[in-house]
Amino acid sequence: MHPIASMALKRLGLGLLTLLVVSVIIFSAVEMLPGDLAQEILGQAATPETVAAFRKELGLDKPPVERYFEWLGGAVQGDFGKSLASKREIADLMSSRLGNTLFLASFAAVLAVPISIVLGLLAALYRNTWFDRMINVLTLSSISFPEFFVAYILILMLAVGYPFGLLWVLGLIGLWFLMEGIGSFRAGQKIGKILPLLPALFAVIGAALVVNLIFGWWKPQMGGVTAFPSISNIAPGTPFWERVERSFLPALTLTLVVTAHMMRMTRAAIINLLASPYIEMARLKGMNPWRVIVTHALPNALAPIINVVAINLAYLITGVVVVEVVFVYPGLGQLMVDSVTKRDITVVQACCLVFAATYILLNLIADILAISTNPRLLHPK
Amino acid sequence: MTDTTNDPTTVIDPIADPSAMSADAAAPRVAQESAWIRISRAFRNAPLTAWFGMITIAIYIFVAVFAPILAPFGEREIVGAQFEEPNAQYLLGTDNLGRDMLSRLIYAARNTVGIALLTTIISFLLGGFLGMLAATLSGWVDQILSRIVDVLMSIPSLIFALLALTVANTWIGRMDNPSPWLYTAALIIIMAVLDSTRVFRLTRAVAMNIVVMDYVEAARLRGEGLLYIVRKEILPNATAPLIAEFGLRFCFVFLLISALSFLGLGVQPPTADWGSMVRDNATLISFGVAVPLYPAGAIALLTVAVNFVVDWMLHRSSGLKD
Repeated sequence: MHPIASMALKRLGLGLLTLLVVSVIIFSAVEMLPGDLAQEILGQAATPETVAAFRKELGLDKPPVERYFEWLGGAVQGDFGKSLASKREIADLMSSRLGNTLFLASFAAVLAVPISIVLGLLAALYRNTWFDRMINVLTLSSISFPEFFVAYILILMLAVGYPFGLLWVLGLIGLWFLMEGIGSFRAGQKIGKILPLLPALFAVIGAALVVNLIFGWWKPQMGGVTAFPSISNIAPGTPFWERVERSFLPALTLTLVVTAHMMRMTRAAIINLLASPYIEMARLKGMNPWRVIVTHALPNALAPIINVVAINLAYLITGVVVVEVVFVYPGLGQLMVDSVTKRDITVVQACCLVFAATYILLNLIADILAISTNPRLLHPK
Repeated sequence: MTDTTNDPTTVIDPIADPSAMSADAAAPRVAQESAWIRISRAFRNAPLTAWFGMITIAIYIFVAVFAPILAPFGEREIVGAQFEEPNAQYLLGTDNLGRDMLSRLIYAARNTVGIALLTTIISFLLGGFLGMLAATLSGWVDQILSRIVDVLMSIPSLIFALLALTVANTWIGRMDNPSPWLYTAALIIIMAVLDSTRVFRLTRAVAMNIVVMDYVEAARLRGEGLLYIVRKEILPNATAPLIAEFGLRFCFVFLLISALSFLGLGVQPPTADWGSMVRDNATLISFGVAVPLYPAGAIALLTVAVNFVVDWMLHRSSGLKD
């Protein structure tokens, strides 16, 4: 067999094994619940006979091991049992929501992956210039922001019409140049050369806007952007472009959060690569810099970049939960959070299994792709 | 193991050779002075972002420590009408129950940061100890611990936390008259255990490189116990990467707990907490009012500050120069 095929099969087996162990953990969560599940559903008023009959109906009278295999067998075929809270089939609850969540995640990925790879590559090529420093500060800040912070800022600026969108951006740019100026002043340059008046002015405007936003002394007339809905109303029959428009803000939030991670990791991977001796050799023999990048660096950078992309797509899975709640997006994350609040353990279990399976699958694909682009990884030391 | 390391005569014994000991004793003092100079120079040359980070962290610590003095009203005190606009009495307005927003923000510095810090410390004690244990003992202990960690890490943290919190909260909900602190304790323990897997991985990797050093082997040959080797030989040499990691883990835990509180599953009311404050006041955002952004911004600012400082520390320790 081809070595890559046998490696892929091995990884697949390992992934399935992990998934099996994870499913045992998820299943045992129900076993760890206090008291009797049947009693819980029927309430304290139920007679012992009804409870016993209901236990039989749910299959609770069988030993846990047997129930585990029944549950797993059902789950593989898409049958997760019934919800405790609404008594509906979990598969019905999940089917359209799973599609919605996948749509949102792929929308975000389509925006985020090209942007972050290009920007990461540029930051690595022009490292230690002002461009790289700006990218560094911006991405570090954006990593530090909770998803709901980014989401509410976007709602304020793009959905409910808070004015001065452009001035905010100018204020941020001004603040940035001010910091650059102070930096070069500390490095010993003359102040007249480096502190232009315009950025300082913008910075003052930006600071004033932040203070006014917090205290709200002066009420600006509304008149900003209201182009996008702050609540993502999506029904099964919504046409594609309407769907895109309605899920634009959640997708943009996810993109902003994930891009920062992806860009930093791409930059680090490329810088690491550019330090290797064969790149230096190519440079020393006078090769055109772009040729060095395209023919020497890029083929070897594929493995780390694929890894970065997969790790961050897996990260999207968790980010999606918070973002769906903010925008009331009818997805799997929203369902899971609602079920945790209602302590509807069977639905929580099912969602958890789907999320974990996706996560494991993405990591598996990343592994296999990374190894197939870099044969050296086939033979670990 | 080579023959020379096996030979006891090549091991320098400080008791047998007092001159070696005095040289040892003199060396740290010189090293300390130069270290002090080095640290002060490093601070002077720190980039603006690092300074911004350190000053911000200092302000947060100050606010958290002196919260009762700084806050104009009590943490749970209902002082006015719902959603009052900012005015001279309530500088940032009131929240959805008519509590003073500013006072809640100040008290939340104590609660939210305290809970995240406690979780990170527990996670480090647990993950760090087990990681060093796995590296030192190796063999089946290492295998078992590493496989457990692999499985725990194959479920996304937030998802696993949601599952574990459902079970824990059901248990607590069953008790007669449960104390609200029980929910917080469950949250801290669950998050600490989940996060300790990441600490375990890093500590194990760092300790693996130290365990193979000659001085660890020398300690083993001297017959030192396991705890001595972990505490005196491995820990001092692993602190530098672990401190930077502590900052990163704190940010991660802090953001995750805030996300859980925002989802209504973390810190329970009426405790003031930034994540749940965003949730409580979220409706205001559709009227173009920025109130939900204050607590969210407080979270973001602290995380940015810690990240800036950690970034600077990592940059310095990796030996990169501008």
